[in-house]
Amino acid sequence: MNKVIANADVAIQDIQDGMTLMLGGFGLCGIPENSITALVKNGVKNLTCISNNAGVDDFGIGLMLHKKQVKKMIASYVGENAEFERQLLSGELEVELIPQGTLATRCMAAGYGMPAIFTPAGVGTEVAEGKETRNFNGKDYLMEMAFDADFAIVKAWKGDTMGNLIYKSTARNFNPLMAMAGKITIAEVEELVPAGELDPDQIHTPGIYVHRIFQGSNYEKRIEQRTLRTT
Amino acid sequence: MLDKNGIAKRIAKEFKNGMYVNLGIGIPTLAANYIPEGVDVVLQSENGLLGMGPFPFEGEEDADLINAGKQTITTLPGSSIFDSAMSFGMIRAGKVDLTVLGAMEVSENGDIANWKIPGKMVKGMGGAMDLVASAKNIIVAMQQVNKAGQSKLLKTCSLPLTGVHCVKRVVTELGFYQIENGAFRLLERAPGISIDEIKKATEGKLIIEGEIPEMEI
Repeated sequence: MNKVIANADVAIQDIQDGMTLMLGGFGLCGIPENSITALVKNGVKNLTCISNNAGVDDFGIGLMLHKKQVKKMIASYVGENAEFERQLLSGELEVELIPQGTLATRCMAAGYGMPAIFTPAGVGTEVAEGKETRNFNGKDYLMEMAFDADFAIVKAWKGDTMGNLIYKSTARNFNPLMAMAGKITIAEVEELVPAGELDPDQIHTPGIYVHRIFQGSNYEKRIEQRTLRTT
Repeated sequence: MLDKNGIAKRIAKEFKNGMYVNLGIGIPTLAANYIPEGVDVVLQSENGLLGMGPFPFEGEEDADLINAGKQTITTLPGSSIFDSAMSFGMIRAGKVDLTVLGAMEVSENGDIANWKIPGKMVKGMGGAMDLVASAKNIIVAMQQVNKAGQSKLLKTCSLPLTGVHCVKRVVTELGFYQIENGAFRLLERAPGISIDEIKKATEGKLIIEGEIPEMEI
């Protein structure tokens, strides 16, 4: 079984206008840089994007926002992007803000074949509006539905030709959850190796969840808040 | 009156040996600088790290290793890394012993607002709603009075809520409060702050019983 494809352009070529995409990463950490570049070049539009954040003005999903490729953004925190805020306040961009744990668990539910989950996050707030509430053991919980995404696009550190993935450090974040949740999952990796070279005990995402894998290139890995100590 | 570091110092005194602690962005993060001598706590960063270490030295920063505030950080001996679902799983399951976060408003019944100012600021709730809905022990670090001189310890929050009936304690530039039975019980005064100043700066119900000690920080 070989899931290797040539590059990002090939990986995303059948993504159509109006589709729903998941994009891994937390801030700019662990984002699928090559695939985002390819999506910007390809020009596909009216996308619904599910991602924890919306990038910054000139990097990550921010690049897609500038080209007005995103119709709706589903995220938990969008504080670092002026163009995003402008499109939101002007009504050009539809935005659904959801709690970060809810976002993660709705991905997980999709990958685990569960239609919905119950979480206390958002009870008593505007997040609860229109949602079913259930009481378990004296505490209220919201019913949150599993995501339904056409494509999930993730970034891993290492991957093999069968689609098994290993992430590095906190660049893991949403990537393994989204990898499980896409109808079609695209993985870009820093290092692609033949099947058999990765230790089965160390795999984070089993290849069954991954449909296409390619070796990425020219990773910029931009740091949002370079914070250092001196002593 | 306490500055940000003063508030962080007072909060750090609540850290007890063996606690797993989640510190929010801003003043709460500063509390990591004041962990008392001999107290061993493990810091959780909700982007998927237990055992958050200090900021890296120049040249040692790693784009793949950040905290929830997107700052470059380091790991420590015994650190572990996991995905975002597990991170909020341990929060939801009550494994994290103490959560410290910032707020724009807190009400006398423990409601908190910290994620949205309609028409002005829409950054999102990030992990705050998950944290406040599940943490057993929440301390809020905040300014008690805004720039216009208005109290932010209120009868009822005016901004969209992050969570209801969840805040247990509040540390501000003026005092340390415990929320109980629909009121702010004053536990300690900030150095040099009078009871009158605290009364003026508290819109919600305030309980002051007996002699109120000054904070030791």
